[in-house]
Amino acid sequence: MRLRLEKRLEPSRRMLVLTPVLSVVAIMLLGIVIFDGLGYDGQQAVWELFFTPVLDAYKWRDVATKAAPLIIIALGLSLGNQAKIWNIGAEGQYIVGAIAAAGVAYSTQSLSGFWIIPLMVLAGMAAGAAYAAVPAVLRTRYGVSEVLSSLMLVYVSLQLLSYMVTGPWKDPDGHNFPQTASLTDAQLLPHDIWDSGIPPGLLVALLAAAIFYVIVSRTVFGFSIRAIGEAPHAARYGGFSSDGIVWATLMISGGMAGLAGVFELMQLGRLNLGYPSGYGFTAIIVSLLGRSHPIGVFIAGIVLAITYVGGQVAQTVVHVPNATAGLFQALLLFAILASDLLVRYRIRFSIKADPLTERGGA
Amino acid sequence: MNVRPMALSSCAEKIRHIPSIVGSSDGRRLGLSKEILHTMVASTRLELIGVTKRFPGVLANDRISLTVKPGEIHALLGENGAGKSTLVKMIYGIQAPDSGSLIWEGKEVRIASPRAARRLGIGMVFQHFSLFEAMDVIENIALGLDGSVSRNALDAEIRGVMDKYGLKLDPRRQIATLSVGERQRIEIVRALLLNPRLLIMDEPTSVLTPQEVEELFKTLRRLASEGVSILYISHKLHEIVALCERATILRGGRVVATCDPRQETPRSMGEMMIGSDLRDPARGQVGVAGPVRMCVRGLTLPKPDDFGVALDAISLDVRGGEIFGIAGVAGNGQNELVEALCGEKLSPDDQTIVVDQKPVGRMGPSGRRKAGLCAVPEERNGHAAIGNFTLADNATLTARTRMGFETQGFIDQDGARAFADRVIKTFAVKTLGAAALAGSLSGGNLQKFVMGREILQAPGVLVVSQPTWGVDAGSAAFIHQALIDLAAKGSAIIVISQDLDELLALCDTLSVINLGRLSKARPVNEVSVQELGLMMGGIHGVNAPVEGDVHAPSA
Repeated sequence: MRLRLEKRLEPSRRMLVLTPVLSVVAIMLLGIVIFDGLGYDGQQAVWELFFTPVLDAYKWRDVATKAAPLIIIALGLSLGNQAKIWNIGAEGQYIVGAIAAAGVAYSTQSLSGFWIIPLMVLAGMAAGAAYAAVPAVLRTRYGVSEVLSSLMLVYVSLQLLSYMVTGPWKDPDGHNFPQTASLTDAQLLPHDIWDSGIPPGLLVALLAAAIFYVIVSRTVFGFSIRAIGEAPHAARYGGFSSDGIVWATLMISGGMAGLAGVFELMQLGRLNLGYPSGYGFTAIIVSLLGRSHPIGVFIAGIVLAITYVGGQVAQTVVHVPNATAGLFQALLLFAILASDLLVRYRIRFSIKADPLTERGGA
Repeated sequence: MNVRPMALSSCAEKIRHIPSIVGSSDGRRLGLSKEILHTMVASTRLELIGVTKRFPGVLANDRISLTVKPGEIHALLGENGAGKSTLVKMIYGIQAPDSGSLIWEGKEVRIASPRAARRLGIGMVFQHFSLFEAMDVIENIALGLDGSVSRNALDAEIRGVMDKYGLKLDPRRQIATLSVGERQRIEIVRALLLNPRLLIMDEPTSVLTPQEVEELFKTLRRLASEGVSILYISHKLHEIVALCERATILRGGRVVATCDPRQETPRSMGEMMIGSDLRDPARGQVGVAGPVRMCVRGLTLPKPDDFGVALDAISLDVRGGEIFGIAGVAGNGQNELVEALCGEKLSPDDQTIVVDQKPVGRMGPSGRRKAGLCAVPEERNGHAAIGNFTLADNATLTARTRMGFETQGFIDQDGARAFADRVIKTFAVKTLGAAALAGSLSGGNLQKFVMGREILQAPGVLVVSQPTWGVDAGSAAFIHQALIDLAAKGSAIIVISQDLDELLALCDTLSVINLGRLSKARPVNEVSVQELGLMMGGIHGVNAPVEGDVHAPSA
C-alpha cells in the first residue's frame, strides 16, 4: 500500500478553513513530544501555553493587549497577501510609526489639547506608509523584489530607533538610559475603554477588521487586489493597474503597521531600545493563519497573542526556556504552510503498484 | 529470400532483429528493398489494445484500440478534449496507461519514459516547441539528444538529414531569428536524427502558412515512402483528406470510427467527430455600408521585450456591420495588437485609436470599454478570465461599468450574478451557475462565457483574438453565429485568427499581419487562399496568379 497525492479539481474551501485549525492542533501535539523529549512535562507546558491564557480571566487583558497590534498589522498585510505582494518589513514600518509618534510627543511635551493624540496617530500612519513607499518605488520603477527591500529596511529602522533614543530624543532626566521621556497625559489613551478591560487598540482592531471586510468583499478596490493576485494579466485586461495595486497595498500595510506602532508606544509610555517586539514579523504568521480574511485574521491574532502570554506562563510554571513562544510561532508557520498542500491535493491510499515502473525493459 | 549470402546463424540473427531495422539506415544498408522488408515483418508497427487512462473526474481514454502499419500516415482525429493528446502521451512514454497494452512491432512493451520511447524508435514533434531562443539550432538539437556528440559531427548529421528530406535551414542560426515554420523544422530534424520508425506529430500545421504546410507534407510523404509510420494529430480535416490514408476518430475518449480519409469529405469526417450534423453559420447580406466606428492610424509600439514583436504603423478602418479579419502566423504581433487595441498598452497619441469619433488612444481598458470598445484576448485562462474566480466575479472583471454594477467603488453582487446568469443562459454555457469557478468550465464553455460576456455588453466595437481556438465544432459554430448577429446589429468587429477557414467564412474584409505590419485590407471575395498564404509568409503585394477563388472548405 502506498500514499498518493491527487490534485483536486479546485481548491477545497473546507480545507481552507479547516487547515489553520488542524495546524494549531498539530503543533500542540508536536509541542508535547518536543518538550517531553527535552525533559520537561510536555503536556503541562502545552496546557499552560495554550489554555491557561484562555481559562484564566486575569490573562485576558494581556491577550487583548498583545492581540491588538498583531491584528492591526496583519489586516494590512492580508491585503498584500491577496495581491501576492509580500511586505515582510512590517516590523520596520511599525518601528518608524512609533518613532514618528514619539517625535510628535517630543515636540508637544509642554502642550495639551485633544489634537495631540490624533496628530500622533496620523504621524505614525504617515511614517509607516512613507517607509513602505520605498519598496513600492523600488518595485514599480526598478523591479526590485519587495520581499528583500522591505525586509532590509527593518534593519535600517532599528538603527534609526537606536540613534533617536540614544541621541537627539534621549530623556534628559532618564539617568542616561537609552529612552525618550515618558508620554504626558495629553499623549496617552486611557488604559481601558469605559473601564471595560478592553484596551483601545483592540477596539481599533475590531473596527479595522470590519472596514477591511467591506473593502475586500464589496468594493472594486478589493476585487482588483484579488484579481491581481490570481491573474495579473487578466487584472490588467479588466482595467486594473498592477503598479497602482503595488502602491496601494504597500502603503496601506505600512500605514497599518505605523498605526500599531503608535498604540504600542502609548501602551509602553515611552520609546526605548527594547521597543521592537517582533510584532511586525509575527503578524505575517497571523495573516497567513487567518487566511488573509479579516475575520480569520482577528481570530488568528488572538491565537498568536495567546502563545505570547502562554509562553510567559509556561516559563514561570514549567520553567521552559524564554524562546518557547517563538518556537511555537515558528512551528505554526511551518504547519500552516505545509497544510496548504491539503487545500490543493487530496491524499489517496492505493494498493496498486507504481504504474511508472518499467516492465521488461524497452 | 533475396538476401546476400551470409551464415545461416547470422541470417537468423538479422531476421530476429528485422523489426528494428525496417526503415532504418541499417536496413537500407543491407540492401534489402523496402517491400521485402515489409513482407518479412509483422504487418503492424504499433498496436494499442484497450488502452484506458483516467484522470480525476474524467475518463480521458476509454479502451482505445488502433493499429498503425509501417509506412502509414495515420490520422488521429477528434475535437479538443477527445483524448488525442493523452493517447499520444502514453505512446511517447510521458504518461502511463491505467490498463490496456501497447504492442510495438509484435512485442508487448511498457514505455516508461520519452527516453525509452526514443530507444524503441518513436519520435515526437510537439505542438508547442521547446527551444531556447538565445541558442543556435545545433545547440538546441544537442540539448534534446540522449547521448553526447561533438558539435561538428552533429552539424554534419543535421545537414545530412536536412538534405535528404529537403528541409532548408542553417544549423548555425540563432532560434530568435527563425520563423515558426523554421522552428518546427528543428523539432522535426531533432526527431529524425534518431531514425524513428514511428513519428508522432501533434497539430503540426496550426502555426504554418499554406505553403509551409505543403512543404511539410512533402517531407512526411517522403518519410512514409521509406517505411516510417506517422501518427498525425489534427482537427484540420481537409489536410487529413490530402495527407492521410487512415484515420481513427475519437470522441469523449473513445474510438467512434475509423475510415479512409480519401474516401471521405471533410464534412463527413467533421460530423463523425462531433457526432451530429454541422451547422453552417447563416450570414445575412454581405456588403458593408455603416459609418466607420473604429479607426486606427499609424499605431506604432516598440517591442515589449526581447522576443516580442514591435507594431509598425498599423492603420485600419472598420465600419458598423463589418467583420474585419486579421490573418497571420502566430507570433507576428497579434498579441501585441490586441493589447494595444483593448487598452492594456497605451498608444503614443490619443488620436491613434478613435472609437465612434472619440479618441481613446491614451485610455486604459476601462475607459475604452466605456467608449464602446470591448475585446477578447486569445488566452482564456489567466487573461480573458480568472480560473479561481466565480463566473459572477468574472463578469465583474470586464462588465462592471458598462452593465452598471459598479457604483462609487462598490460592486453590486446581485447585478453581477444576474448578468452572469444572462450570459450563461443566452450562450448556452454548460455550468452549475454563476457561482461556479471559471476554472471548472471546459475550454469551449469558458470561451462561450467570455464571448457572451463581451457580446451582451453590446459593444460598438469588438476585438476578438482566436475566438474558436481549442473550441469544439459545435461551440465554434455558435460563437461564429453570435459574431455575425452582433455585426448585423451594427457593431464593428475585428477578428484576429490563424484559422484561414474561419476568417474566410466569417469576414467581409481581410488583412494579414506579418512582423508587426498590417497589409492593406481587401474585400474577402477578392483574395485567394494562395495569396493569403504568401502574405502570411511575408511577401506583401504579390500579384499571385488569379486561379479563381479557391476557398478551402470550412470544417
